[in-house]
Amino acid sequence: MTSLPRDPGPVKLGLVIDLDICVGCHACAVNCKEWNTSGHSAPLTDSDPYGAEPSGVWFNRVHTFEVVSEDGDSRTVHFPKSCLHCEAAPCVTVCPTGASYKREEDGIVLVNAEACIGCKLCSWACPYGAREYDADAGVMKKCTLCVDKIYNENLDPRSRVPACVSTCPAGARHFGDLGDSDSEVSLLVAARGGYELMPEQGCQPVNRYLPPRPKQPAGDGGAAALQPAAADAAPPGLLARWVDRMLSR
Amino acid sequence: MVSSPFETPKERVNTCPEVADEIKQTTCYMCACRCGINVYLKDGKVRYLEGNPDHPVNKGVLCAKGSAGIMQHYSPARLSKPLLRVGERGSGEFREIEWEEALELAVEWLGEVRRSDPRKLAFFTGRDQSQSLTGWWAMQFGTPNFAAHGGFCSVNMAAAGLYTIGGSFWEFGEPDWDHTRYFMLFGVAEDHDSNPIKAGLGRMKTRGQAKFVSVNPVKTGYSAIADEWIGLRPGTDGLFVLALVHELLKAEKIDWDFLGRYTNATWLVIDNPGGADDGLFARNAEGAALLWDGARQRPVPSGDITAKAAVVGRYNLPDGRVAVPAFELLARRYLDASYAPEAVAGRVGISAATIKRIAAELAEAAFEKEVVLDIPWTDWSGRRHEKMIGRPVSMHAMRGISAHSNGFHTCRAIHLLQVLLGSIDCPGGFGYKAPFPKLIPPSPLPAGKNPAPERPLPGMPLGFPLGPEDLLVDGAGRPTRIDKAYSWEFPLAAHGLMHMVIHNAWAGDPYPVDVLMMYMANMGWNSAMNVQGTLKYLTDKDPETGDYKIPKIIYSDAYYSEMVPYADLILPDTTYLERWDCISLLDRPISSAHGPGDAIRQPVVQPDRDVRPFQDVLIDLAGRLKLPTFVYLDGEPKYPGGYPDYIANHERMPGIGPLAGWRGPEGRQQGTGSPNPDQLQRYIENGCFWTHRLSPDQFYFKHANKSYLAYAKSMGWVPSEEPITLQLYSEILQKFRLAARGHGPVQPPDSERRRVETYFDPLPFWYAPFEEAAVDDGDFALHAVTQRPMQMYHSWGSQNAWLRQITARNRLYVHPETAARHGLKDDDWVWVISHHGRVKGQVRLMQGVNPSTVWTWNAIGKRRGAWGLDADAPESNKGFLLNHIISELLPQREGGHRYANSDPVTGQAAWYDLRVRLERCTPEEAGTTEPLLAPLKAPAPRGLNLDGKLRYGADLKDPAPPSEDRAGSTFAEWIGNRHEVAATVPGVADGKGNVKRPAGDGEGA
Repeated sequence: MTSLPRDPGPVKLGLVIDLDICVGCHACAVNCKEWNTSGHSAPLTDSDPYGAEPSGVWFNRVHTFEVVSEDGDSRTVHFPKSCLHCEAAPCVTVCPTGASYKREEDGIVLVNAEACIGCKLCSWACPYGAREYDADAGVMKKCTLCVDKIYNENLDPRSRVPACVSTCPAGARHFGDLGDSDSEVSLLVAARGGYELMPEQGCQPVNRYLPPRPKQPAGDGGAAALQPAAADAAPPGLLARWVDRMLSR
Repeated sequence: MVSSPFETPKERVNTCPEVADEIKQTTCYMCACRCGINVYLKDGKVRYLEGNPDHPVNKGVLCAKGSAGIMQHYSPARLSKPLLRVGERGSGEFREIEWEEALELAVEWLGEVRRSDPRKLAFFTGRDQSQSLTGWWAMQFGTPNFAAHGGFCSVNMAAAGLYTIGGSFWEFGEPDWDHTRYFMLFGVAEDHDSNPIKAGLGRMKTRGQAKFVSVNPVKTGYSAIADEWIGLRPGTDGLFVLALVHELLKAEKIDWDFLGRYTNATWLVIDNPGGADDGLFARNAEGAALLWDGARQRPVPSGDITAKAAVVGRYNLPDGRVAVPAFELLARRYLDASYAPEAVAGRVGISAATIKRIAAELAEAAFEKEVVLDIPWTDWSGRRHEKMIGRPVSMHAMRGISAHSNGFHTCRAIHLLQVLLGSIDCPGGFGYKAPFPKLIPPSPLPAGKNPAPERPLPGMPLGFPLGPEDLLVDGAGRPTRIDKAYSWEFPLAAHGLMHMVIHNAWAGDPYPVDVLMMYMANMGWNSAMNVQGTLKYLTDKDPETGDYKIPKIIYSDAYYSEMVPYADLILPDTTYLERWDCISLLDRPISSAHGPGDAIRQPVVQPDRDVRPFQDVLIDLAGRLKLPTFVYLDGEPKYPGGYPDYIANHERMPGIGPLAGWRGPEGRQQGTGSPNPDQLQRYIENGCFWTHRLSPDQFYFKHANKSYLAYAKSMGWVPSEEPITLQLYSEILQKFRLAARGHGPVQPPDSERRRVETYFDPLPFWYAPFEEAAVDDGDFALHAVTQRPMQMYHSWGSQNAWLRQITARNRLYVHPETAARHGLKDDDWVWVISHHGRVKGQVRLMQGVNPSTVWTWNAIGKRRGAWGLDADAPESNKGFLLNHIISELLPQREGGHRYANSDPVTGQAAWYDLRVRLERCTPEEAGTTEPLLAPLKAPAPRGLNLDGKLRYGADLKDPAPPSEDRAGSTFAEWIGNRHEVAATVPGVADGKGNVKRPAGDGEGA
């Protein structure tokens, strides 16, 4: 019931997340919370913070799970997930009040708290589960791509990127214009085979994930075992071989 | 706001809000990384913490712990006023008192001890980052009974490194991430050194030229992104590593040049079975070790650069003795079939083929992919080398190696492997961080053999023995320290044994103490082995006198931890944002392999409660007690300004103080120089840290680099410019062994001879961890270990309102095959039973764990009532600790003696030796973890919790509407690892970190 921009601009700001080096440390999630709890959608309310069921609003969460292959080999996956700022954002079109909207100028999907009635239709519509309802405020909240940080001229230029990106210890998060095929993030996505999450949903997410690189050679068919240096590989044979070896200081 | 239901309202977004009145810089303390942070302050509150982009440790990044600092600072568990116990210990009955009363009482207790028998103060600090002050204080007080938490953390790593290569893993060395081609990570706790490791792994993997092998029974965080995971059985790393050594030796894939130049491989070892000199180095009259010159057919001093030194053979010395090069001893040992991959595979739980392949890969990386840097350098003897040539194999190891009773030798085995590959302090290898490398071992000796009333010790309590004569034992060979460090039981206990202090003080073994003073160490809970036993020791009374067996306990902490109710006098500390601190080269600095660095903390907010930084309190107490060097001759306190006064003005030796930067009257000197009254201001102006970048010709081979050694000497880190020769064969260990065999003036009591002889082997070896060897393998067939969640730092993290939303309970992770054998499935409840006791937890199946191992997250479990958490917090009824089932003592041996559950060389606490069995709970038992101890009585929580809600930041948002619509103004593209990405992705601009070079369009223009 809310329109996507009729005339979307060329800029599509988004994140590129490198699953090859994400170790699941939660730095992005906590630094996001820390910035945004005083930011555009402040506060990111926590309920029962010191009690039995602590839970709160997080714009970014890291999901950790194990994938087991048929041969019993396992992979531990750390998967950070936040709003993907979709081009065909169902959370926007489903919004009855216009509170949920996509910006023309950069494609960021935001919620206007003044207009949000807390009906949660958007969270039902989002196939990624990226929306966060603040029951205390009665308002839906979500990743703002740090819209109050990335353009903020009160900040050191080095800080004008989303909090999750600047804080990532592994350097696994990237930020830029995915609408420009020559942008650095687009080049990175092209070079690494970056993919969109659940394309079959038709949401056209802007964010991209970089898949794990192929593992460096392993498996017992890899490098050959070392060959003994002497025919007699027991100590006497080798020691005899080394009798004439002299080392210099 | 909405004027027409048919019109979509347009939000006016303020993209340029005011977010700070002021940004101050300081050093994080959410773990031990010591990252630089920018603190955004608004309306007197902390608005935002971010990594300082200019800081050498974290270069702008900040982990989950650091990012949650706001919740730590405003924690409801903060103490607010000095407390004096009025009820029984453990009751939580306290009376608030004024600081003057608290300090006078402390002075009365401490003064009495100092006047009578200073040993009766046991002063142990926990995750203390001011050990150069706390150790100095103990020395001036005159008690040898001082240590921090290193004895239950990493002393195996520190001691093995410092006695072998003159440096160590963790904070005293780092992999050369930018050049390495093969990286092995052994048993690393993922909350430690966390940002540097994460950043390094990210850079290395983005560069895409290195293989990353993680050796760890558990496949979590770092292991999850490894190219290969070696999920071996806990405690067998040494066997695995020595099998690699076996393979490399057999194939002669070793760096002969490196061994000859930089190690004692060619030094001659006297072969005289039964003699007092057996196994010692042959030395000349001047004491220089000898090697056999094959050209001249005679022994020559090891410093002779013209010698052609033999690596094997038996040689007759002019004095008639016979000697063998150390390398031959080493080769004979590890070429033995008992170290062959086939022989160890079953025990390690890794196939022989895999072990062989890893050895081949190491050899290939080291010898086929050598790194050559066009940097001329000059070695210690004055020879110029046109290039720096490196063997790009790097290694890093920590807790999983350290926390075993075979950890010292295992860590030495890893260093042996590194040295054989020639990958110490070379391009692509392991690099020393200043002030390392130091002498092997570094000075000083431990002090405190003969403490006397009202006298300082002659030196610092902790140090590095060179032989039996440096032990702290009495004439009968009995320990003189309360923790038995530097006794025959734990001769090289360079960090003390904090995990034994409470037990020993209770038992009066070797003697009782009068005052136990502790700082930020949660010994009443997750820092203790045998928690319930420890609580008994703390509360037990002498039936005759009715007094507590540990009569007086002083404790300082910022938070209401589980330890607080068990102390008598509580000195409330500040949070890390309210204090001065000093990250000193005398302690644990922030250096990198490319140069030294140190740092400070400055108070960025003022306390809103009646608390004082513990360091200020210590200095105040020192003044009142009139401890030497803390007062002038007339008794006036020397540092009336407290810790910042001490940091700037204290001199350890003339010209050397806690901080190395901006010394001298003009602040122009570094390293040495008289105190500078403006020093702290200069640090603040520089972002609260100081660094010096070495010149490129000093970057590598520091142990033998003329230019570097001259610099190190000028900084006071080494006594001379002599090269530091890596000690593969440890003569110091052999000296202890000889004493055990009946040689020399200082010998172990008979009861200790066999143990000392066995474990003071001059070459690394592997033995089964003690608990594994002592308990029945059938009864306790599984290993149980912990792993650290990356977002937590011990009990500090798991109290944090944000972090506990990520992990508030812990499961027992079990391999599906193991679970099937026990009839267990996901979510079942299970008893985890050791020889010492049992805990109950809930099962989660996991494939990525060694099948003979179960594990859980460390330090999530909390006691009800502690840490400002509600009594029904899941940390207490769904979280559990393995600490309850780890005994601080090993099972009884013949003669009734029970050794500490520790490494026999260093005293390191053997947390990961734990062996358990699992028993499925009955349906009635399911649902809550056990033991579920009685709730602690705690003061009303302080903090921000209103009506069950935390709305932090609601009042910090800039309410101003946007002044103009700036949307669409230039934004900055940011590429993590920009430099590394640029190397592989055409079109991405290279740059330093994430700041593009000025030639580009600039960040955020």
